[in-house]
This record gives sequence, structure tokens and C-alpha cells, in this order.
Amino acid sequence: MIEAHHLTKTFKDKKHGVITAVEKVSFTCRPGQIYGLLGANGAGKTTTLRMLATLLKPTSGTATIAGHDVEREPEAVRADVGFLAASTALYGRLTAREMIAYFGRLNDMSDDAIRARIQVLADELAMHEFLDRRCDKFSTGMKQKTSIARTLVHDPAVMIFDEPTLGLDVMTARSIVRFVRQCRDRGKTVIYSTHVMSEVEKLCDVIGIIHNGRLVAEGTLTQLQQQFGECEVEEIFVKAVGGEAALEAAASKL
Amino acid sequence: MNLKHILTVYFKELKDQLRDRRTLISMVVIPAVVMPLIMVGTGTVMSKVMKQARQETPSVMILGGADSPAVVAALKAEKTAAGEARFRFVPSGDYKQLISDKKLRAAVEIPAGFEAALKAGEATTVNIYYYEGEMRSSMGSNALNDFFRTYREKTVEHRLLDRDLPVALVKPFDVKRQNVAPPEKVGGNLFGGFIPYIIIILCFTGAMYPAMDLTAGEKERGTMETLMCSPVSRVNIVFGKFLMVLTASIATMCMLLVSMGVTAALGGSMFSPDKMETAAKTAEAKAVMGGVMPTIDPAGLLGVFAMIAPVAVFFSALLLVVSLFAKSYKEAQSYVGPMVILVILPAVFGLLPGIELTAKTALIPILNLSLVCKEMLSGVWHWHYIALIFGSTCVYAAVAIALCVRMFNREDVMFRA
Repeated sequence: MIEAHHLTKTFKDKKHGVITAVEKVSFTCRPGQIYGLLGANGAGKTTTLRMLATLLKPTSGTATIAGHDVEREPEAVRADVGFLAASTALYGRLTAREMIAYFGRLNDMSDDAIRARIQVLADELAMHEFLDRRCDKFSTGMKQKTSIARTLVHDPAVMIFDEPTLGLDVMTARSIVRFVRQCRDRGKTVIYSTHVMSEVEKLCDVIGIIHNGRLVAEGTLTQLQQQFGECEVEEIFVKAVGGEAALEAAASKL
Repeated sequence: MNLKHILTVYFKELKDQLRDRRTLISMVVIPAVVMPLIMVGTGTVMSKVMKQARQETPSVMILGGADSPAVVAALKAEKTAAGEARFRFVPSGDYKQLISDKKLRAAVEIPAGFEAALKAGEATTVNIYYYEGEMRSSMGSNALNDFFRTYREKTVEHRLLDRDLPVALVKPFDVKRQNVAPPEKVGGNLFGGFIPYIIIILCFTGAMYPAMDLTAGEKERGTMETLMCSPVSRVNIVFGKFLMVLTASIATMCMLLVSMGVTAALGGSMFSPDKMETAAKTAEAKAVMGGVMPTIDPAGLLGVFAMIAPVAVFFSALLLVVSLFAKSYKEAQSYVGPMVILVILPAVFGLLPGIELTAKTALIPILNLSLVCKEMLSGVWHWHYIALIFGSTCVYAAVAIALCVRMFNREDVMFRA
């Protein structure tokens, strides 16, 4: 369960003064559900998710993850979260097995439990072939599988995906989407950020549209279609953010 | 703080770094191979150059002396201890130019009517021309100087004998200089500055690459964010990484100590005193050879390593702070590069003769180490200063570690865009 309440994050910037990256964002994401955070580049998706993963502290507002407050119990939150982003890389000089085992140990798992878990994950993700090879020699697909195994090693209740298909080829992207769906089917709480409209359509149970740091629309695909009188997610998105002019204005600020 | 987490991070970083070629080069290859090579190399080259210069028969030119055949003949007949001609004579010419061109080592000007003046008991001057600062020219002029000093003493003896006076009349007493410093103290003074200097630099460079790789490098490669997603608290990550950097720094120093020991043992047999030419026994040669086989109080050396431990902590934490601030490995290099000079400068100041260990200099990091090491290696133990230096360095190290933890908790540093 993820509950965000008025999450706000501001940054100080020498050139631009105080920048509000995220403003009073509130939403709830339930177990067995995929919450899609849809937004253009710079809309505040990554900042929101980093606050949920306790990598950043909210300037104001709160969030609880699996019952733990992100500010008061960051370590407990992280123990219940699997965070996968395009920016979370692997240690090139470690093998896939060492990489997964390292994160198992950081999650206080016993060596036996880690060994068993790696076996299960390698079976599920078909990783046996490259399990003992160094990560820097991996193809993108192998890297992505290893990253998934890393996020899942401690079997977290909440999964946070920040644009996980960014820059991946079609086959790898499809396997990620399949995997995200599996997470939901196993009863995990999943939050998924993207700017790819088709992924939202295929994957998400609830969609939140974020623009200029604010959540401008929220609901199931059917609810949004009714609200905006459009069928296509892309058209809904453009209408929700206030037209193409608003999108261009936001993009020019980047 | 959770020791288990710290050790988990530490052992992972250790494994990771041992697979990194750059760290291995700075931690093992430089202290174990490059440093001894430099020391033995410069030592061998210097002693060879010195030997060659000493074995060379200096070419000299006699100016004038046509009316003083006896002194010219004596000069030409001068022999070395080995029975070879002491000088090689060059016909008259532009001696100044020849000396400047290093074709001539020195020239001696015998004034007109020199022997006649001697007989008459008149004072006269012999001029020796040489090139100041040029080693071989100095050696040639010294040999000429020696010859004329002996010649003068002989003249004095003859005059005294002619007048039936004892030789002791003009030489009422002898002056002899005797060294009281034991060999290890001589060693301490000669290499006291040199050894801590090398240790300080290697202590820094050993920590440099892992510190940059573990912070800026991880940020650049995106693994820092991955690591921060784990439930381990930031303090434990900092300490795990810090311990790794410290290990690299201390390992580099230990490698240096071992390689210096081995080089000294091997070098000792290669350059044993009986094999050394008399030339190499001069102070200059000893200073050079000292790098190869220092005769240093082992307790002093242990003391140096004990004193350098808090400095290694200080360097490791400081390097972590600085490179943590950088976004990329390259940026970190541009910050850390100039820091090497900042480290070398105080170490060099410690070598200057005027700078002594006082309560004030004992508080200046690095300089205090350089100064106290010089003392310890020559067997002098100022316990109150040692305590002050150890204590102040520990304080600096603690401040640097605290700063490091603080930096790790700063979002604008960890996610600098």
C-alpha cells in the first residue's frame, strides 16, 4: 500500500531560485494494483518516486509505504520497496550472482536464504546462463534481468518502477512489462512511471497524470475517457495538461 | 551504526576494487615496483656518474710559468694514489671559453717570476679558474688547489729548515673533525625528510583512486542510486566505503615498506661499502645511496607508521568528501589532482632546515608529521609533541569523517544534476 499525502518537493537553484518540482501530490495505490504515473519529461515523476523510495526527503507532505512513514522510518520503507529505474545501474565488476547476493545481504538475508532466492529468480528470469559472468559484459536484456532480480531479492511488498523501459529494445521492454504484470498478479503494490502512452493503456489499473509537478487528473482508463471525452490516452493526456501549448511551455523550461 | 552492514559494504568494495586495474596499479605496482626502481635507478645512476667523474683525469691548462720550471715540472709529475697521472695538460688557449664549454675542467695561472718571488720571500698569488656549480670542474680545481696547498706547505718547511726552526712553529696544533652521531642518526638526518615525504605521498595516492571510484565513479555509473535503495542506512554505507579507502591507503604504505625493505636488503649486498668506490663515500653519494639502503632506527620507522595511521584516516575521509561532491570521475580528478600539490607542499616545508617542531607547527597537518618523522628516524622522541600531533591529527580525521557522513546525507550532493 502506498499513500501519498500532499507531497511537495522544492529545490534551490542558483540560476532559477526556488524550483517546485512536485506540488501537493496525493494518491493511493493498493496491493494488487498498478498505479501509472504519466507525465512528460521534467513533470516531476522521478522526484515523486524518489521521495517514495526515501532517496529524497519531501519538503512538506507525507507518504506511508506498507505502513511506514517515509520520513520517520526510511530504512523500514526501503526494506519493503523494490526500486527499479533507468538510472539504477549494476556493479560492472561483480557477477550477476554477486550483485544479487550483495543486495540480499544488505537486506539482512541469510546466506542460505540468498542462495535459495537466487535459484528461484534465475529460474523465473532464465538467468542461469550468465549468472556467474561479470555485469559489464552483459547485453541490455541481461542487465535488465539482473536489475529485476536485484529489486526482487528481498521479495518486497511494494515495487516502484521509474521509466524502466527507457532506451530498451522492444523485446526487453516487453519482458519488463510482462514482469510488472506478474508483480501485480502476486499481490504486490506497484507504481509505474512512464511517458509512453501505450504502456499505460496496457498495464495500469489507475492512471495519474502529472504536469508541472501537480497531479492534474486521476482515475481508471474508463473514468478518464469519460471525463475528457476521448478514447486515446494521448488525447486524454494532452487535454488533461491543458493543451499542446501548455506542454510546449513546460518543455521550454527544461 | 550496524557493523554487519558496514562489513557487507566493505567486503563488497574490497572485492570490487581488487578487480579494478587502476586501484591495483596505485596500490601494488607503484609502491612495490615503481618506487624501488626509481630509488635504485637514481642511486645507481648517481653513483655511476660520480664514479666516472672521479676516475676521469681532469684536463687543466697552465697559464704562464715559463720562468718557473720547477713548479711546472712538479705539477706535471703529480700522480694519483693509483700511480696514474693526476692531470691531463692542454695547450694554452681561450681558457674561459673552454671551461664554459666543459672542454677544460680548470686552468691555473702561475704569475710571472713566481719562483724568483718565492726565493726572495715575497708574497704572490696563484689563480685557479673553474666553473662554479659544475661538479667535474670543481673536482679539477680542487685537485689543483690541493697540489698548490701541499706545495706551499713544503715551501714553508724548507724555509723553516733553512733557518733551523722546528716545523711545529707554524703548525702549533692539528684540527680534526670527529663524528659523534651514531649511523642511524646520520641516516635520520639525511633521509629523515625523504622517507616520510614518500610515505605521505603514497598514503595519499593509494587512497585517491578508490575514493574517486567509490563515490564520483559510482554516481557516474548509476550504482550509487542502486546502493541507496537498499535499507542500509547512509552512515553504514559511508563507513564501509571509508574503510575500503583506508585499507587501500594503508596497503599502499605497507607495500612500500616491504618493497623498501627488500630493496635495502638486495641493495645492501649490491652496494656494500667494500665494493663502493672511495668516490661514493662522500656525503652526497651517501644521501643518494640512503634511498637504497637507509641505516635507520627500526623503532623510528615503526613510529612513523604509527603516526601516519591517523593521517591515512584523515586523507581517506577528506578524499571521500571531495570526490563525493563531484558528479563524475573526471570532475573528481580535477578536484583531487591539485590536492596532491597541497599535500606535497607541507611535506616539502618539513625538509627545509629553518622549520623546527614547535607547539604551533605541531598543529599544522602533514607538516607536523614530516617534522616529527625526521626527529623519530634520527632517534629523538619528543613525547609531548608526538602526543600533540597524534591527538590533533585524530581530531582532523574525526572532523573529516563527520563531514563525509554529512555530505552523504545531503540530497543536493548525492543527486547533483
